[in-house]
Amino acid sequence: MERVVFKIKNNIKIAKNVYEMTLEGNTSAITKSGQFVNILIEGLYLRRPISVCDYDSNSLTLVYKVVGKGTEVLSKMQEGELDVLVGLGNGYDTSFAGQRPMLIGGGVGVPPLYNLCKKLIAEGKKPSVILGFNCKDEIFYEEEFKKLGVEVYVTTVNGEYGIKGFVTDALKDKDYTYFYTCGPEPMLKAVYNATKTSGQFSFEERMGCGFGACMGCSCKTKYGNKRICKDGPVLVKEEIVW
Amino acid sequence: MVDTKVTLSGWELDNPVIPASGTFGFGKEFAELYDINMLGTFSFKGTTLNERFGNETPRIAECTAGMINSVGLQNPGVEHVVKYELQEMKKYFHKKVIANVSGFSIDEYKQTCEIIDKQDNVGIIEVNISCPNVHNGGMAFGTDTKNAAEVTKAVKAVTTKPVYIKLSPNVTSIVDIAKACEDAGADGLSLINTILGMRIDLNKKKPVVANKMGGFSGPAIFPVALRMVYQVYEAVKIPIIGMGGVSSADDVIEMMLAGATAVQVGAANLVNPYACKEIIENLEGSMKKYGISSLKDIIGGAHNG
Repeated sequence: MERVVFKIKNNIKIAKNVYEMTLEGNTSAITKSGQFVNILIEGLYLRRPISVCDYDSNSLTLVYKVVGKGTEVLSKMQEGELDVLVGLGNGYDTSFAGQRPMLIGGGVGVPPLYNLCKKLIAEGKKPSVILGFNCKDEIFYEEEFKKLGVEVYVTTVNGEYGIKGFVTDALKDKDYTYFYTCGPEPMLKAVYNATKTSGQFSFEERMGCGFGACMGCSCKTKYGNKRICKDGPVLVKEEIVW
Repeated sequence: MVDTKVTLSGWELDNPVIPASGTFGFGKEFAELYDINMLGTFSFKGTTLNERFGNETPRIAECTAGMINSVGLQNPGVEHVVKYELQEMKKYFHKKVIANVSGFSIDEYKQTCEIIDKQDNVGIIEVNISCPNVHNGGMAFGTDTKNAAEVTKAVKAVTTKPVYIKLSPNVTSIVDIAKACEDAGADGLSLINTILGMRIDLNKKKPVVANKMGGFSGPAIFPVALRMVYQVYEAVKIPIIGMGGVSSADDVIEMMLAGATAVQVGAANLVNPYACKEIIENLEGSMKKYGISSLKDIIGGAHNG
């Protein structure tokens, strides 16, 4: 973990209540896809944890949904600097992926899968992606994933676009060696029950510090108590206790 | 050169800055960021006789200039703490620590403190009788003069190290509890623990934390904490470790002027992991600014004249 001051380069709306923020600064503390950053937001006490969508050595892309005060303030920032704790959480482990891993994202669970997808491709794997949304105007990053050259399946609950239903409806006839998922807990649970292989789940919880000090975001696993911020947010299928 | 040294029950600290229990774990996460040996010392995660998971999540809520937590004393239990955490700690922290202990019965407090008392890298036992997040214990001992005195006596009877009692602000008169602890043999007092508070999620129309209520901490409570330290200082002779919303070197000095011999920093560590480092680095500048050459000299200074 490192504390880095980032410069806001861009902050644009890319779907209903969803924004893409590009920041400039040192990202060397990030070691894996699926890690997150914790952002100090003016006027608020606690930092706000947001997953890393993409990064290179000097830039960071965050895709977030406005869900409360913190993200609302963030969505209105067009310039300036942000105090960010970088390189938090364990992230996804790509070494278990096999040749054809499936990436399953729901809503704002989609962003961390983007950099993961790039990493898996760079490692010579052939990932496919299922992106689940409620309706058409919530869809984002379909094109970005397609540009990476992977199969992309989009589902909408109301059937306005792509496959009608949930991510698990798109998953039914697919063949895959392993899976990586992130999304709301009911979706994670459905994915847990619908998948035949092992896989990794990224969880969300209200956090105090984001770096393992306060025990605010603990959960029980088959391997003992874990802190979502430090020992997670990624847990493997075999250890999860619902 | 200014002198930042202070003494707690014969134990000289390089400076009065101490990360508070529950905001610093066992120091490991912070030792990765900076050399925590610069701290006066630190108070480790509240430890109970048996392992505890704590309360259900969510356990955290945002507040204006502060936060609410309802962790509920999650800890691996005293045996694990002395066998692993305290041994591991010796690798990255070379000073003695403050051991924060909680319990659910007098007997539990006794048993846990007895084990802790045997650890060579523990300097002070801080007995928490004020956790607002657990039922049938914790705060129940800290809101009644008789219970507070009973815990103090019981712990003192089985320990040799200085015993500091950590007090709850959720009482009618903290001065009465403080005096009861002093009379029962406490070597010092830590105050204040968090203030019982709550938040309601406007969308869900339900409390934000699963346990409904939790402990309110952060800069918002500093004036309350300061007032209580000031009042208790006038009523007791034993040293006070002051805490509650301390976030800057200026806050440290203010707390000491109110009567604190040392100062703990809590919530600030969670927002800024370098908070204590920065406070210590800024201490000399603040002292010079206010014409202070030795911190020892200003303890309770606001009471004079």
